[in-house]
Amino acid sequence: MANKKNIHTISLLVANKPGVLVRVASVFARRGYNIDALVVSPSFDPNYSTMTITAEGDPETLDQIIKQTAKLIDVIHSCEHTGQDAIHRELALVKMKNIPVHRSVIMKILEAYQVKIIEENQDIIIIALADTTARVDSSKIC
Amino acid sequence: MLILSPFYKKERKNMSTEHKSLTGAQALLKGLEQQGVEYIFGIPGGVVIPIFDALVNSKIKFILTRHEQGATHMADGYARATGKTGVVIATSGPGATNTLTGIMTAHMDSIPLVILTGQAKRAVIGKDAFQEADIFGMSMPVVKHSYLVREINDIPRIIKEAFYIASTGRPGPVLVDLPSDVSSGVFTGTFDVPMDLKGYHKTSLPSKKDFINFAKAFKNSRKPLLLAGHGVIISKADKELKELALKLGAPVVNTLLGKGAFPETHVLSLGMLGMHGTAYANKALVSCDLVCSIGSRWDDRINGNNDEFCIGAKKLHIDIDPAEIGKIVKPDLSLIGDAREILQELLKYIEPAETKEWLKEVASYKKDFPLIYDIKKGLTVPLLVDEVFKLTKGKAIVVTDVGQHQMWTSQFYKCAAPDQWLSSGGAGTMGYGFPAAIGAQFGRPHSLVFCFSGDGGFQMTMSDLATAAIHKLPVKVIVNENKYLGMVRQWQELFFDNRKSGVDLRGNPDFVKIANAYGIKGISIKKPSEVKAKLQEAIKHKGPVVIHAHIIKEDNVFPMIPAGKSAHHMMLNPPKNK
Repeated sequence: MANKKNIHTISLLVANKPGVLVRVASVFARRGYNIDALVVSPSFDPNYSTMTITAEGDPETLDQIIKQTAKLIDVIHSCEHTGQDAIHRELALVKMKNIPVHRSVIMKILEAYQVKIIEENQDIIIIALADTTARVDSSKIC
Repeated sequence: MLILSPFYKKERKNMSTEHKSLTGAQALLKGLEQQGVEYIFGIPGGVVIPIFDALVNSKIKFILTRHEQGATHMADGYARATGKTGVVIATSGPGATNTLTGIMTAHMDSIPLVILTGQAKRAVIGKDAFQEADIFGMSMPVVKHSYLVREINDIPRIIKEAFYIASTGRPGPVLVDLPSDVSSGVFTGTFDVPMDLKGYHKTSLPSKKDFINFAKAFKNSRKPLLLAGHGVIISKADKELKELALKLGAPVVNTLLGKGAFPETHVLSLGMLGMHGTAYANKALVSCDLVCSIGSRWDDRINGNNDEFCIGAKKLHIDIDPAEIGKIVKPDLSLIGDAREILQELLKYIEPAETKEWLKEVASYKKDFPLIYDIKKGLTVPLLVDEVFKLTKGKAIVVTDVGQHQMWTSQFYKCAAPDQWLSSGGAGTMGYGFPAAIGAQFGRPHSLVFCFSGDGGFQMTMSDLATAAIHKLPVKVIVNENKYLGMVRQWQELFFDNRKSGVDLRGNPDFVKIANAYGIKGISIKKPSEVKAKLQEAIKHKGPVVIHAHIIKEDNVFPMIPAGKSAHHMMLNPPKNK
């Protein structure tokens, strides 16, 4: 994993209009910011969407990115979450063959982490783990 | 041969008047008329024919240009000369892509434009239809905002929003892409529709404390310097700026686009700063203890080297765009808002600063390092500009192209008014000058418009000589011919051991003959002695005039601060080891 200091999480509320994702993404791309993760989902009002972007880059450029995205007509607001004021969760969904070896591994992880079996049939097992990125990484399930 | 039904015209008339049912194109034009549009510049093509058909019955005048780049620069020139929003129309595909250079030019200089482009009909978008181009996507980095119209009834709202966005806040170009079936389809909506712009709002005025801190910084300064940019002109804050300068007793420098924001003829003016600015402006910049930028974005042609820019001086920044604060220079204090509103409020708190010594120092720079040119050199751009300045009493609308002549014109044509200078600053678009001058003349038909161009730039868009001829626009364009791409040649001479590469303009035409071929008067100037009389002849002539000026071949613009260097490295004269 990259240096944690330069990972930023940015939240945007945007008008749900065609092209808005490209406008936002190009602000990042132009300034050499690599987007690590991007989630777009409708807000409670279907006319708006929320975007949550995790990206890597220097803090000075980040200031410009926040301002340049806020400037876009379709962006209602744009802000960065610093470490203190946000809860970060990474969700891992892992699909495995349903064989005895895997079962024993799952049981071990189940003991140490909050893992749920969300689907199971005779062929496959799907488990879900929602935790901090560090914990998900350390579980080594994916 | 196409045979129209005798009922065709009648049917169309019935459609628009008796049944009040409009096509999308007619709704578009009604929307444009409501915005007070006078002129649309452009070229038709397949998918925009419905719009051109609707234009037949519209009050709006259409100006057919010879290239869409020219159309976009014309709309830009019209916008700069009038303060209104310029409108362009182009067809899909190549028509639309030809506007991109003009859109980028307007975007860099914050010029309000609305660009209407045709698009393939909705069902085939994304399927490589004939003349289909994703102009919505391609233009995204160079527009303030853009629309791809998918619903016919959205047209009134979108047009209203497009003009509002283009002309308010920090102005800029807005593109509206119109699929052909949106233009030709039946409109069933209404015109009384609200805008839907939740993410676009005016910033509120800064707090009283911020203004007091600003005023305090000025009061504590002994060497304040005001830096006036384009924002002063856009927000019409020239009176407030003058009041501020007089109240403080502070000298004023201006950017290229800020020419006229503060009268360059005023005793407190130090003229243009930056790469080819006056020596005294740049010396003041090095020596000041406070620099306050108003509506300028600390462009690299001003700052040179950011790390060495105004070391030790307090930096104050007033700008309408929050994204400009801290983008290049981290200011000690900043005020976000419209320059006029900010200055009006700030003036309430400003107290005179003790600047007597500073003004003496600045006056000595003016005396010791004056801006001059050598009359004995032969026919040069400064000589021509100076003569035009004298003959027009400094009151012409001056348009430039890009390159050496642009810098000389900015040095020697002192602008005293905020609405007389048009030049492509941020983009440095060659080919801008002549069409922009045409646009300016359309917008200000009773003003004298002078365009200074070079032999390189003029040839990029000179096809619009036809437009000037048809509309009998009395634009005076001086084509300064040195048979070089002069600015590049100057850099090659100064920084690349004079190895000339790709700058020789062999094969130039006789520009007098070119003008004559379009039915335009052409005048040739070869010697300094004939400058005055020939310019007078050009001014007297009622129509357009092309003045072919045979200037000396290898002249360089000084002062010059090499790119990426600070004002300390200013070259006043050519290097001696040459």
